[in-house]
Amino acid sequence: MAPHASQLNAVHVRNLVRGFKSKTILDGVDLDIAEGEFVALLGKSGSGKSTFLRALAGLDHDVEGTGTLETPENLSVVFQDARLLPWRTVIQNVTLGLPGANGQDAGRKALAEVGLAGRETAWPNQLSGGEQQRVALARSLVREPALLLADEPFGALDALTRIKMHALLRELCARHRPAVLLVTHDVDEAISLADRILVLDEGRFVEDLRIDMPEPRDHGDPRFAEFRSHLLRSLGVNLPGRKAA
Amino acid sequence: MATVWDAAEVKSTGRSSRQSAHVALPATKTGAPRVRRRLGPGPAIPFGLQIGPALLVLLWVGGSALGLIDPRILSAPWTVVEAFGRLIEQGRLQDNFVTSASRALIGLSIGLVIGTLLAVIAGLSRIGEALIDGPIQIKRAIPTLALIPLLILWFGIGEGMKVTTIVLAVIIPIYIHTHNALRSIDSRYVELAETLRMSQKDFILQVVLPGALPGFLLGLRFAVTLCWVSLVVVEQINATSGLGYMIDLARTYGQTDVILVGLVVYVLLGLVSDGLVRLLERRVLTWRRTLAN
Ligand SMILES: Nc1ncnc2c1ncn2[C@@H]1O[C@H](COP(=O)(O)OP(=O)(O)OP(=O)(O)O)[C@@H](O)[C@H]1O
Ligand SMILES: [Mg+2]
Repeated sequence: MAPHASQLNAVHVRNLVRGFKSKTILDGVDLDIAEGEFVALLGKSGSGKSTFLRALAGLDHDVEGTGTLETPENLSVVFQDARLLPWRTVIQNVTLGLPGANGQDAGRKALAEVGLAGRETAWPNQLSGGEQQRVALARSLVREPALLLADEPFGALDALTRIKMHALLRELCARHRPAVLLVTHDVDEAISLADRILVLDEGRFVEDLRIDMPEPRDHGDPRFAEFRSHLLRSLGVNLPGRKAA
Repeated sequence: MATVWDAAEVKSTGRSSRQSAHVALPATKTGAPRVRRRLGPGPAIPFGLQIGPALLVLLWVGGSALGLIDPRILSAPWTVVEAFGRLIEQGRLQDNFVTSASRALIGLSIGLVIGTLLAVIAGLSRIGEALIDGPIQIKRAIPTLALIPLLILWFGIGEGMKVTTIVLAVIIPIYIHTHNALRSIDSRYVELAETLRMSQKDFILQVVLPGALPGFLLGLRFAVTLCWVSLVVVEQINATSGLGYMIDLARTYGQTDVILVGLVVYVLLGLVSDGLVRLLERRVLTWRRTLAN
């Protein structure tokens, strides 16, 4: 019994088309993400990254489109805003919709994992932006997703917090092994986290780059710089005086 | 005022000039660091809310004592206090108070339940909205007072008519504000509930209803006020008991002191009930950090 190709993949997308009115945003996109694979998605603003992610998340009810789309039943989304219910405590937010006492224990554990043990009964607006985003991560993790979709989850955080969040996310992904699709603006973030980087442009993936560097990745590594300038060129950024290589 | 500001400025100048001596700050013309103007209303004045009313009472006392106020127009405060004692002694005030308060409470409770139910039905289902929202908007356009003749024909002039009038008045703000709050739940939370695969029941209990609670409580505050207003109206038109009746009776005998006693009781009732709703608000909405606190 040879397993069907798409059964090994967390995500299987073929010829996905999405658009608004007459404007086509995604123009026949193909993508497979293997189980446990960490994929980062780069692209100019307005290139359709969020449109793609929302299609995977099944959140695009009133967007026109066609194509094949297979995602695991058990997927989880982290938004740019933490999106915590302000009228529920931190632990209630983490366990939202989970049944009973099991949920409680798992929620407590997930909070401890993101370093927020002891803050269970705080209100979300008593937490800093970084802490709120960690609660959102715990809320995703506690569901043990097979696929984690994140749309610029650290976009609203300061640089220092962002670095800490990278380390946390790497650690959590190593432990729980979900497939990840991380949408980001930040090329360095993509290179330091992802196994594979896609660049979306004009409705297509124009780049599919495997990052085969050992972790943790050193920003000073010459290969890091090489990946960076390559990706920046794909994104249409031409750095002057950098043609030394 | 000016001196207070100056003092604050001097203090902060003394500190920050020493600290910033080594730091190259962009030089300002005066050399003194600016005290940032705060945009909020500033710290609360102790007993601030009581100052205005106290002033009015003072004017009343002064005007009556100096004979500037004709007692036929407005009885002196001490006459009102006397009337208060007399009415209590006779038991009239308590009896009328209990009658009025129970009318208000019954009307408010029934209106509250009906208004909330209608709002939830209209807020959570399109069919409910189609059936309910229109009639409510029409009812809203009719002043409650204008309905009284019809209600008298239907229910007579007994308790039924009075309570119904209050119920009809109270339903409107409860419905409007709760319905509006239910309808304006942030769509981002709806999206969140979808991605978390919440059940319909969980979605309503954890997201929709708690999210609409502030709107409901706002409606409740309006409802409480309206409840007293309609009580006064029904009691002064057709009643043989209650505070409004007591006041109306006093009018026919020209007893301004009794009228004033009635008004004071109304004020107390209004303030106390509003205070209770606010207390409830603070207890239930602890998660909210607002400008007020
Ligand atoms: N609801 C909508 N109606 C019409 N057009 C839309 C809608 N949502 C997005 N678009 C358009 O689709 C295009 C892609 O939007 P999308 O949000 O996917 O971009 P993005 O790559 O995520 O950009 P950013 O990096 O700025 O978040 C944009 O040109 C945008 O104007
Ligand atoms: Mg986006």
